[in-house]
Amino acid sequence: MLRFVLRRLLVAIPTLFVVITVAFFLMRAAPGNPFSSDRKLPPEILKNIEAKYHMDRPLIVQYGEYLGGVMHGDFGPSLKYRDKSVLDIIGENYLVSLKIGLAAFAIMVIVGVSLGVLAALRQNGPADYTVMSIAILGICIPSFVTAPLLQLALGMKLGWLPIASWNGGQLVNMVLPVTVLALPQIAIISRLTRAGMIEALKSNYVRTAKAKGLPELTIVTKHALRAAILPLVSYLGPAFAGLLTGSLVVERIFGLPGLGKFFVTSALQRDYTVVMGMVIFFATLILLLNLLADILYAVLDPRVRLA
Amino acid sequence: MTITLAPGSSRNAALMERAVRGRSLWDDARRRLLRNRAAMTSLIVLGLLLLAALIGPFLTPYTYDQINKNDVWQAPLTGAHLLGTDSLGRDLLARLFTGLGVSLAIGAVATTVSLVIGVAWGATAGYLGGVVDEVMMRIVDVLYSLPYIFFVILLMVVFGSNFILLFIAIGAVEWLTMARIVRGQTLSLKQKEFIEAARAAGLTRFAIIVRHIVPNLLGPVVVYVTLTIPGVILAESFLSFLGLGIQPPMASLGTLINNGAQDMELAPWLLIFPSITMVATLMCFNFIGDGLRDALDPKDR
Repeated sequence: MLRFVLRRLLVAIPTLFVVITVAFFLMRAAPGNPFSSDRKLPPEILKNIEAKYHMDRPLIVQYGEYLGGVMHGDFGPSLKYRDKSVLDIIGENYLVSLKIGLAAFAIMVIVGVSLGVLAALRQNGPADYTVMSIAILGICIPSFVTAPLLQLALGMKLGWLPIASWNGGQLVNMVLPVTVLALPQIAIISRLTRAGMIEALKSNYVRTAKAKGLPELTIVTKHALRAAILPLVSYLGPAFAGLLTGSLVVERIFGLPGLGKFFVTSALQRDYTVVMGMVIFFATLILLLNLLADILYAVLDPRVRLA
Repeated sequence: MTITLAPGSSRNAALMERAVRGRSLWDDARRRLLRNRAAMTSLIVLGLLLLAALIGPFLTPYTYDQINKNDVWQAPLTGAHLLGTDSLGRDLLARLFTGLGVSLAIGAVATTVSLVIGVAWGATAGYLGGVVDEVMMRIVDVLYSLPYIFFVILLMVVFGSNFILLFIAIGAVEWLTMARIVRGQTLSLKQKEFIEAARAAGLTRFAIIVRHIVPNLLGPVVVYVTLTIPGVILAESFLSFLGLGIQPPMASLGTLINNGAQDMELAPWLLIFPSITMVATLMCFNFIGDGLRDALDPKDR
């Protein structure tokens, strides 16, 4: 187990290296720079600023300096927000994203698995068809369609929920963003759970459990569900990536002060260091979560041997 | 397949009849697909959508970028514009036809890009095996764990709203799954007798891959292609929604939804019609993909 974790962490290093390299040169290839704005700076001042951030050196030297900094945990200063480091900016903004991300994650797992189990237990019944139809809709309706439609219906016409604001993370302000974020994932998770559950209910050990006279609830929760959610665990990695992508849209539509919104703005403003910092942050997060999913998989399925 | 049987017996004649009209895998698959009502309905709807995107722009009296100062904010069915107009008086129906066409075109081109790269990569890795396979699939693993949407955003920021680049950027990140599927299939195909026969006949590796491996991959590849197209359309719309994809006055389903969402209080039709079109398109592809999977891989049912 320990060897497996270590080996995966070792593979993560070249991955992160590729991430940093590609992002660095992509960002630098972009036309314009963080200091070009509507107000034209005199060339002498521009030169001074560039010298301050070492941007007058050859690109490859800057790249080396950046890599060296990152290895020491130094992601540099923001180029747009003076007096703030990249870590400050991430630190100030990640809480909002984390909050709606975690809420959406909890809801999508609980609701998705429940619906999937329900559909599998009533296979080919009305409940099954209802859940599966909703699931197909959930997969086909992208978040940037559900979000404005829900705003229009629940926010404007009915006036039940605030349309767009964070307001310090009040519960009513979180309902719509979290719902929009969770919906497509609920759809996918319920489909995966249903398929796994139907497979598990047909297996021999479930028949044995039934023959022993175990109560239905025990069979479903203790025996069948454990096997049925295995495919779900390997879906957790992509699910998390989906949440990240969704949060870009959701934070923009609902005007939430989170990382997703910040990323697009920073990229457009050519705030090199902030963009790089965020790409590294997200890549690390995804790598760690994928590792976690693999470990969880091995814990749940004793047939898998991690080597 | 021909079976030579002793003539004279009627039972043999009947057998011959059946042997001559043998059903191939593809016949079976077509039969199963034709019986799948959801997939067939989707196929028809998709055909209509495609037709609308192709000839629709020539049927509307307005063009997608024609500004009509006197007709701004017209609701559907109230004036000369069937689906109403936007803040500049542009005809929504004309814009919808164009937008649909742009989205479908991006879906087709980017999917082709991912298809070509994915099949070539996967078939080569799977057939050559050994170190080559190991290295090639490690590369796929590394790329897989990248936060790819961020790279697409960076690409769009760097190169701006370049039509061709948008195609390539999306296609280039969608090929990874295709490469994995193709490699898996190739590994099992490699063991088959007909490949051995081809090798014994002295074909080069390249010829074996192109002439014998790739044609036999068609089934799973076709299924995955139909599921990639809606993914690509979604990705483009997502970028357009963030303001990084198609630029005005050009339209795609994503930009139309984005603009509609901004004006939804005043003109909800600008949001609703593009949304319906988008969802219908995505649903058709998903149903066809599911139907094809059931048809080509009956053991899954």
